[in-house]
Amino acid sequence: MSKEFLMGNEAIALGAMAAGVKVVAGYPGTPSTEVLETIAKRNDGSIYVEWSINEKAGLEVAAGAAYAGARSLVTMKQVGLNVASDPLMCLEYIGVKGGMVVMVADDPGPISSQTEQDTRTQAFFSKLPLFDPSSVQEAYEMMIEAFDFSEKYGTPVFFRSTTRVCHGYASIDVKDPSEYHKYEVEGFVKDSSKWVIFPRLSLQNHAKIVERNITLSDVFSEYERNFIIPESSREHRKGIATHGISYCYTMENLDEGNMLRTFRVATPHPFPEKKALEFLEGLDEVLCIEELDPVIEKELIFICGKYNLKTKILGKMTGNIKTAGENSVESVGAAINVFLGKETGKAPENDAPALPVRPPVLCAGCPHRASFYAVKEAMKGKKTLYCGDIGCYTLGNAKPLDMVDTCLCMGAGINIAQGIGHLEPDTNCFAFVGDSTFFASGITGVINAFYNQANMTLIVLDNSTTAMTGHQPHPGTGKTMMGEIVSKVSIEKILRAIGLETVETVDPLKLNEAIAKVKEVAAKPGVKAIIFKSPCVAIIKPTGKNIIDPEKCTNCKSCIKKLGCPAIILKDGRAAIDETLCTGCGICSDVCPFGAICGGESNE
Amino acid sequence: MSKNIILCGVGGQGTVLASKLLSAASMAKGLPVKSAETIGMAQRGGSVTSHIRIGEGAYSPLIPMGKADVIIAFEPAEAVRMLPYLKKDGVIIVNSRPVMPVTAALGGSDYNGTEMTEYLSKKVGSLTVVDSDKACEELGSSKIINVLLLGAAISRCDIGLLKEDIRSAIGRIVPEKFHSLNFRALDYLG
Ligand SMILES: Cc1ncc(C[n+]2csc(CCOP(=O)(O)OP(=O)(O)O)c2C)c(N)n1
Ligand code: SF4
Ligand code: SF4
Repeated sequence: MSKEFLMGNEAIALGAMAAGVKVVAGYPGTPSTEVLETIAKRNDGSIYVEWSINEKAGLEVAAGAAYAGARSLVTMKQVGLNVASDPLMCLEYIGVKGGMVVMVADDPGPISSQTEQDTRTQAFFSKLPLFDPSSVQEAYEMMIEAFDFSEKYGTPVFFRSTTRVCHGYASIDVKDPSEYHKYEVEGFVKDSSKWVIFPRLSLQNHAKIVERNITLSDVFSEYERNFIIPESSREHRKGIATHGISYCYTMENLDEGNMLRTFRVATPHPFPEKKALEFLEGLDEVLCIEELDPVIEKELIFICGKYNLKTKILGKMTGNIKTAGENSVESVGAAINVFLGKETGKAPENDAPALPVRPPVLCAGCPHRASFYAVKEAMKGKKTLYCGDIGCYTLGNAKPLDMVDTCLCMGAGINIAQGIGHLEPDTNCFAFVGDSTFFASGITGVINAFYNQANMTLIVLDNSTTAMTGHQPHPGTGKTMMGEIVSKVSIEKILRAIGLETVETVDPLKLNEAIAKVKEVAAKPGVKAIIFKSPCVAIIKPTGKNIIDPEKCTNCKSCIKKLGCPAIILKDGRAAIDETLCTGCGICSDVCPFGAICGGESNE
Repeated sequence: MSKNIILCGVGGQGTVLASKLLSAASMAKGLPVKSAETIGMAQRGGSVTSHIRIGEGAYSPLIPMGKADVIIAFEPAEAVRMLPYLKKDGVIIVNSRPVMPVTAALGGSDYNGTEMTEYLSKKVGSLTVVDSDKACEELGSSKIINVLLLGAAISRCDIGLLKEDIRSAIGRIVPEKFHSLNFRALDYLG
């Protein structure tokens, strides 16, 4: 044992390593990404680690490894689970030989996600057991336990945590590599009555899964992580049921003199019914403090009905806890006060001056800014549709670019553009897609467009990385998580192979050429594509800095109004370039009508 | 009781290294640490905060409102934003250099931060305003605001750590060629 200061996701990674994980796959997504990255970083070469092209691929790779008897892990964010749902739902009917953990990070808030979906609810739907830790130390230990449960019961299990646990840090105790679980992998043993899903097998296994989950409910009632505190709380009439980070917020509000009987649920599915009955005994009222769905709340209401208990269950469905957004120490404190009939002190009046709002923006020098600007300029005065997608380039929606009319989920923009285009033949339909998104779920959309005779321009924003989630490699980069250099998958060749006749690769930072190319390509019929290729500035050395020549500058502010580059600021009422931010991309010099912006010092 | 420290600023300003140094220094002293960091979309120019809780007695990695012993702000408006977290008699160390949001430039606002530091001086008994432009020029680097502010925080209030602790954390975390620069920044404000 030794102490390490770890991020929750690093602890989850080390937990998996201590459990003897041999195959790890996943697709990046905040707040889950660091789990796989940590395993890759600490890998001594004995673990196979990959960034898969999407979550479905990752889950299937992990399933294969578990079929062969290895312990495997797949990581993703909550919406990634939607992509991986097809194999997951089926896999539960087949089961696994080696322990398999599906690590999913939920994001109450949502802080960096499209939805506030709750993987605990998905656990009920897919019938998988689920582990939900409250702290970094617990995440480490529960990961090891999750592998043991998975292997013992022959089922993949969910390990889900939320942003505040994934991205919280703590100094925790971890095992030394010599204490890691060691075993021999038997290998895949052929048996088509076991590994080939057919209706008859599904029927049989369905019954077994239901039975197993009844057993697991009892097992989880004895699992020490589903606990009731304080131990002697027989005199209490009011109780709290909670989970995850909300348990920590609850404890921040309670102390020894002011304790309520508290039930911490670490495995909401299968729900530890016997433990819940022990908790409910003698209680008049229970406040369920949860984030996302009212999972514990519904389970307790169900148990009260089943056992004819009079306990009143309060929570999200009674308006005691807010239905959306994340909890905080303060919101939980206020809810507990209402529950106990106490007043919450009023928040002091806010007389602060108006604070600048800081929406996230494309970095200074981001090539996406140039790409969006080029299309905007080229299409000036025309009827257009700009379908966006998920990535840094979603930020192209902000003013002054204002180049994202729709955004739904990864890869959707290409198909949405077709749907609108079939109804509006006079609209110039564009779909913007990032390189990582293209590989993850864009290709099928292009085939759909080509096959079904759509009329649209595809813009691939190829910045040679998966930027939004922290710069992961992808098939177009030619690097893998095992550190190998492999042949790059060419987006251009894929598009040509589909049948597209017009596929142009253009450097967006050569702004005037880019504008001309867009005009030319957009005028052609059918499905055509432009690949804007220029690396994300966060992964390259900036080329230099631009400066504004005060002699030539008329202070028309065009550069500010057209580009929205964070490096162009107002200083004493005049446009100025913040040299700590400028990367020297140079597009502002093309935009300035007076030629007042030019390359200053260069790094070359 | 834990010591609660909030670091705040704008994505890209380097709050993360300061937070790393504090936690590494605490770990080396055998003190339990919990912390939380803004990660994700907001790092692209949005408001970012780190919460650091040193010592026993903390459940949540996030500091409750009104419980921060010190706020180390890399930007004046961000200090005002986080003010509700400061405890009574808490300390604020604030960099006076404003970071103008793109929206402000577009809207023609000339936000320059002075309104923020003036407001803070009315509200906070123990306020230190740091002119990082001047300090960076004298130290010859614009990349040491984090250590500069950390140094000020440690000399102004008791967070259970000494400059010596931070110095050895720098020794372990920061590449060697930057050591002397960082040490000078740490001591720059006394
Ligand atoms: C199904 C799904 N998986 C993962 C994510 C997380 N995610 C958000 S953006 C992104 C990738 C963006 O990369 P890219 O398309 O290359 O654009 P860039 O950020 O580089 O501009 C990912 C994986 C998601 N939103 N949905
Ligand atoms: S990280 Fe890269 S892709 Fe994302 S906004 Fe910054 S420069 Fe653009
Ligand atoms: S050259 Fe102009 S547009 Fe490019 S980063 Fe610098 S200020 Fe921004």
